[in-house]
Amino acid sequence: MAPGPSTRFGTMADRATFATDAMGFMPQLFATAVRMTRNQADAEDLVQETYLKAYRSYHTFQEGSNLRAWLFRILTNTYINLYRARQRQPDLTDIDDIEDLYLYRRLGGIEAALASRSAEDTLMDLFSEAEVSEAIENLPENFRLPVLLADVEEFSYKEIAEMLEIPIGTVMSRLHRGRKALQRQLYDFAKRRGLVDESVLAPQ
Amino acid sequence: MADCNQTLRDLQRYLDHELPSGAKRLVDNHLGECLDCLHAFDFEAELKGVIAAKARTVAVPEGLLARIEMCFGVEADDILGG
Repeated sequence: MAPGPSTRFGTMADRATFATDAMGFMPQLFATAVRMTRNQADAEDLVQETYLKAYRSYHTFQEGSNLRAWLFRILTNTYINLYRARQRQPDLTDIDDIEDLYLYRRLGGIEAALASRSAEDTLMDLFSEAEVSEAIENLPENFRLPVLLADVEEFSYKEIAEMLEIPIGTVMSRLHRGRKALQRQLYDFAKRRGLVDESVLAPQ
Repeated sequence: MADCNQTLRDLQRYLDHELPSGAKRLVDNHLGECLDCLHAFDFEAELKGVIAAKARTVAVPEGLLARIEMCFGVEADDILGG
């Protein structure tokens, strides 16, 4: 087949192929967009804007490099530029008071007790999708993005550092603090549902 | 051999597959001999899997794909026409 008409952006056939490849990542981009914006309508706009930017600048995409990481980088940049300014930053000071292994120290034993009751009771059954989603969406923004990109989308520290335009050391420390905050939130859910009897917990 | 404190300090990078091979070997050696650390690592690894599995499922709204493809169409027309 002859290539499509040539333009300063490349041939139309290339663009069509690119668009088809890129659309394959939409479910992942949309899921991340929902967690970022905490809002379906904003997430739809954000994903649409991301694809539009990608489509316009696809000539800057290096053939053979990671299309998924490139799209997530555009998504992240677009989100930061469009939405972050609007949101008030919650108070972060108390995250540093959460100790390491917060959830394990509290639920490690419970999980074993549940497992003995039924083989199907595992950590996977302790928390619902709604609870995990809410816990992530409640994270302060600086921590929510690294946690999303590392734990849900499994990008490397280097890729996350490039997307967020922060040093790798900052990615690591935000991840560390974000995960602790996430664990405390999950623990609060477990407590609310009566899964945890605090009187039997070992003193800290 | 690495002690528990050093091993737990490396937990995050270990689970994220970001620990250099030398340091990873030290952690593996320690986990082979310390059940306390092994349990903590297992718990954290399982939790990471739970978070990934439960947060990944979001239904894409009907019509979003078509909406984006329509934008692509308009863009293509603009470029050809201009």
